[in-house]
Amino acid sequence: MCKISIQGLTHIYNYGQPGERVALQEINGEISPGELLAIIGPNGSGKSTLARHINALLLPTCGSVTVDGLNTADPASRWEIRRRVGMVLQNPDNQLVASVVEEEVAFGPENLGLPPEEVRQRVDRALSVAGLVEQRLRPPHLLSGGQKQRLAIAGALAMKPSCLVLDEPTAMLDPAGRREVMQTLLNLNRQDGLTIILVTHFMEEAVLADRIWVLSGGRLVMDGTPAQVFRCREALQKIGLALPGPAELAWRLRNCGWPIPDGIYRLEELVTCLVDLLTRNRSGGSS
Amino acid sequence: MQGNITLGFYVPGQSFIHRLDPRTKILACLAMTMAVLFCNHPAGFAALSLVTLLALGLARVTPQLLLGILRPFGIFLVLALLLQLLFTPGRPLMMLGPLQLTREGVHFGFQLLWRLVLLIISGSLLTLTTSPLMITAALEDLLKPFRRVGVPVFELAMMMSIALRFVPTLLEEAQQIIRAQQSRGAAFTRGRLVQRVQGLVTLLVPLFASAFRRADELATAMEIRCYRPGANRTRMHQLRFHCRDYAVLAGTGVLFLIVLVMRWWG
Repeated sequence: MCKISIQGLTHIYNYGQPGERVALQEINGEISPGELLAIIGPNGSGKSTLARHINALLLPTCGSVTVDGLNTADPASRWEIRRRVGMVLQNPDNQLVASVVEEEVAFGPENLGLPPEEVRQRVDRALSVAGLVEQRLRPPHLLSGGQKQRLAIAGALAMKPSCLVLDEPTAMLDPAGRREVMQTLLNLNRQDGLTIILVTHFMEEAVLADRIWVLSGGRLVMDGTPAQVFRCREALQKIGLALPGPAELAWRLRNCGWPIPDGIYRLEELVTCLVDLLTRNRSGGSS
Repeated sequence: MQGNITLGFYVPGQSFIHRLDPRTKILACLAMTMAVLFCNHPAGFAALSLVTLLALGLARVTPQLLLGILRPFGIFLVLALLLQLLFTPGRPLMMLGPLQLTREGVHFGFQLLWRLVLLIISGSLLTLTTSPLMITAALEDLLKPFRRVGVPVFELAMMMSIALRFVPTLLEEAQQIIRAQQSRGAAFTRGRLVQRVQGLVTLLVPLFASAFRRADELATAMEIRCYRPGANRTRMHQLRFHCRDYAVLAGTGVLFLIVLVMRWWG
């Protein structure tokens, strides 16, 4: 399906010109089909730049990015790569093209030159996946923030991509909108096996991923499961990232002498663990 | 903000006129406009007025709505009438101080007034019953032949529909900037003219800056979704002519011809 491999990727803005700035340095990594990868890092660490390399919006200064074996630097495969790798940007208002919801979703397939019946089918399907069937004839500017981002996702889905790259899709949303969008993404990943690459600065979202990449200063400094990454509190703190709430709480309790195992970062895990400890303590004390 | 702010005050509905193909409406509107401009015979005016009245009825335009359409043009209409009445030379009817009212003045004045009213109504009927999106789609289709001579019709239509899409967004943004600037003491509605113009600058500069940022991001978003200018796009909504469209087109065509005949041979 969608295998993305990044080799020795370096990107320098304004290369060879005044104002030259290194944004990414020597990134290596592979993303397997069906994976949910979160990319986190402080502002200016190169997250968005990396995301934009995956669908050939930006091209490597050095190194290469391939999607299913197609090299992004090859102009002949650029449009096929863009079809396979859908992308959703941060600002919901600036990425919607049409003035009716269903026209918005149709925009991508229309660009592919598909016959009208096929476009219709894809639009209906994408709208139902994104839960926007009832809004299909409304103008997008009247939707809520969460709905607008789900519409952007539907627009990307109508291209039948095998991978979805989202560049801080929830940064401008309220908590309810954030939940809606994350739920949609989780469903797509878990049920349809879509590869998802989520650039985010919300640790609560990174927690849901299968794997996390931590970027700092344009380098890939950590690559591991959430449990592995959130074990490294100090390293994260050094580059300006905080642990997700539950992981932080677990760490503090551990520091106070509570026997909480390493690698706990989910709220449910922490609760089970604490309940377990407390009942054991109480039964231990009474007997 | 109002739900459906669009150019030309589109009123959604299901009337006969609403359901016509937008291309039919554009062509019919064009034919009516030409007919009204060419017409110089009372019988022609009567026929055109009857057809306009019929169209108003079919579009279910209420008298209040009709007044609402005409009101913004009120001053302009009165002015046009007065100028014709008072400054047309000819056989005098009566003297008004230094000015004189002439037979020809009355004739041309009212003819002009009636022409303008008919033009306004037929133009408004188009925009009232057709969403801007449909107008764009229809123009795209009607202008298709000009692609042969190198007119980028699809691209122009895309630009128009994006402009329409961003009208509400930019209006909202302008409101926000106005409030932000007012909270810092900017004067948009008071003070002397110079101050007001300066106030306007504090609105326009940020509005333009943000419009450019939006445009840049929108271009990225379009590229992401494989938009290539010049490539062959398809349309999900295909425009289709029905019987009613042919009937309307034939009707207005005949009317147009009759008016022409009356002008040159009548």
